Amino acid sequence: MSKPPFIRLDGVSKSWGGNRGVECVDLAIDEGEFVVLLGPSGCGKSTTLRMIAGLETPDTGRVVIAGRDITAEPPAARGLSMVFQSYALFPHLTVADNITFGLSVRRVPRRERQDALAKAVSLTGLAGLEGRKPAALSGGQRQRVALARAIVAGHPICLMDEPLSNLDAKLRHAVRQDIRALQRELGMTVVYVTHDQTEAMGMADRIVLMNGGRVEQADTPDALYLHPDTAFAATFLGSPPMVLMPAASVPERLLPQGAPRALSGLDIGIRPEAISLAEPAPHRHRATVRDAEFLGAETLVYLTTGTGEAIARLPGRLTIRAGEPVGIDWAPGAATLFERATGKRLAPPAREYRHAEAGASHGGSAPPRPRDATGHPPHFQTEILP
Amino acid sequence: MEQLASYHRRRQALYGWMLVSPALILLTLFAFSPTIATLWASLHSRGTIRHPSAFSGWDNYANLIADPSFATVVGNNLLYAGVTIPASITIALAMALWANAKIPLRGFVRGAFFTPTMLPMIAAANIWLFFYTPGLGVIDAITGLFGLPPVNWLGQPQTALWAVIVVTVWKEAGFFMIFYLAALQTIPPDLREAAAVEGAGRITYTRRILLPLLMPTTAFIFINALINSVKLIDHLFILTKGGPNNASKLVLYWVWEMAFAYFDAPRAAAMTVMVLLVLGLIAVFQFRVLDRRIHYR
Repeated sequence: MSKPPFIRLDGVSKSWGGNRGVECVDLAIDEGEFVVLLGPSGCGKSTTLRMIAGLETPDTGRVVIAGRDITAEPPAARGLSMVFQSYALFPHLTVADNITFGLSVRRVPRRERQDALAKAVSLTGLAGLEGRKPAALSGGQRQRVALARAIVAGHPICLMDEPLSNLDAKLRHAVRQDIRALQRELGMTVVYVTHDQTEAMGMADRIVLMNGGRVEQADTPDALYLHPDTAFAATFLGSPPMVLMPAASVPERLLPQGAPRALSGLDIGIRPEAISLAEPAPHRHRATVRDAEFLGAETLVYLTTGTGEAIARLPGRLTIRAGEPVGIDWAPGAATLFERATGKRLAPPAREYRHAEAGASHGGSAPPRPRDATGHPPHFQTEILP
Repeated sequence: MEQLASYHRRRQALYGWMLVSPALILLTLFAFSPTIATLWASLHSRGTIRHPSAFSGWDNYANLIADPSFATVVGNNLLYAGVTIPASITIALAMALWANAKIPLRGFVRGAFFTPTMLPMIAAANIWLFFYTPGLGVIDAITGLFGLPPVNWLGQPQTALWAVIVVTVWKEAGFFMIFYLAALQTIPPDLREAAAVEGAGRITYTRRILLPLLMPTTAFIFINALINSVKLIDHLFILTKGGPNNASKLVLYWVWEMAFAYFDAPRAAAMTVMVLLVLGLIAVFQFRVLDRRIHYR
């Protein structure tokens, strides 16, 4: 990265006496990037966003935008716009006046204001609604007014604080794509806060996963999903989340290559979709079926193992009875080891391991890989539904 | 069939009348009939033993308007309303904005502002009587520190009405503040943040967002202040009794005087009818014109 980052947070902290707050967050965001701050409620993602916006002043650290230290500047001097969770539309103003509020406050000439309004209205599909008051709009329309207000001034940065959480699920999906398209078209740098991982996975160039006021991991969505640095990242992302169980309880064959001899204090994590089910056998991990949920394209099988619960996500439809003993299996490369005490992933990183594993030979004596296994009993076969 | 339908209609009508009757009876007894009785009385002459009361048309009204006190009293009341309404609203808004901000001892500040409202007007007037006492009162004690001579605030025509106005504003502002405070707390804080991100400073935010959103409250308070400027005269009994030389006499006090000091009920009735007429016109203005310009959520 030769270019300096567009937005930079240097050791930014903020606390309110209690435990809610932000601790020493470092963050670098490039121009034109779509960055999602993701995390459970109370993790400090909104506070981080509000400090970028200037609505909150950090206790320590610096906020730098386009090379300029703006830590002490008011929001208006930072060249950014913001979409609020509640949309924060002015209820007594019409759609047009709401959108051009900022322009008229900054005394932009009327002609320019009209042009900017027309452009923003057509980009957000609000044509014909300019004269209405927010109370006369639907939730989705209000959301678009907030969006239009954010883009009308042409600020290079747009901050969004859970902008979709007040929409119904169907609309949310459509608006997600609209926002992404708008961001690409206008080349905006977007910092987007959400607690919804599907939003984050679907929209982000990069996800900053936060927990307890700290950045847990900042990475592209696929890297974050495939190579979580911590047990928290592993269990927060993915639905259902990664299955964690004590590494010592798992047959040795299923451990990733390079696993240490001493397994106490280690957890092994497997994505539910990497798990396959077969007849119980000594080289497979033992489990009992607790329940199964058929979801259309896939079936979630809830399992009870000797040490806890696990979930397997299998394609298609499965006929399986509760209480049935099964052997669960996975490709050793699909598993990740975490230190139980710290939650940190154990070296060597799974990424490097995967490359090594591809070339390594398992030897003829190794039992067949579960994915290649044949001769499953009939009730493990997946049915293709018409 | 026809009979059954008409029976049902009558039943419904009877049911309706039964529902409105409690309100109808009470309003008739305590609002409509006194109003009509007043109007009736205002059109008759004052009865004495030798000259019983007789219909006299607009005589009472003509006499009233010709009375030089009429112009003085109406002028006093207009000045009284013209000063107390805007002053108490402005002070109430300022106090509410202050008491709504994050300040230390916020509860104490709110309580302090509200205290005058909890006092009966008579008690408040007695406190202010002490404040105004020439030579001994708080005000003269303070001005005395700067070497100013004592002033008989309530005793001279130039200052009497203004002294009464100050008491009214002091009494009303705290009450109106409560309404503003309640309204301010319904305004979501992210509107201020959105305005700040859009570049609006504190003054722009107040002028373009806060005040328009407070307009329904302002209209409500305005009507209340207007009604009070006619009806709130308790303190006159303690402070000035309308004097000196009618300098602080207000319409309702004058009506009371005519009715119960001079026992001229028809004249008092005529004045009451005129007050009712003016208040009615203002009510129509409020509903027809003002309401349409206000954004109600």
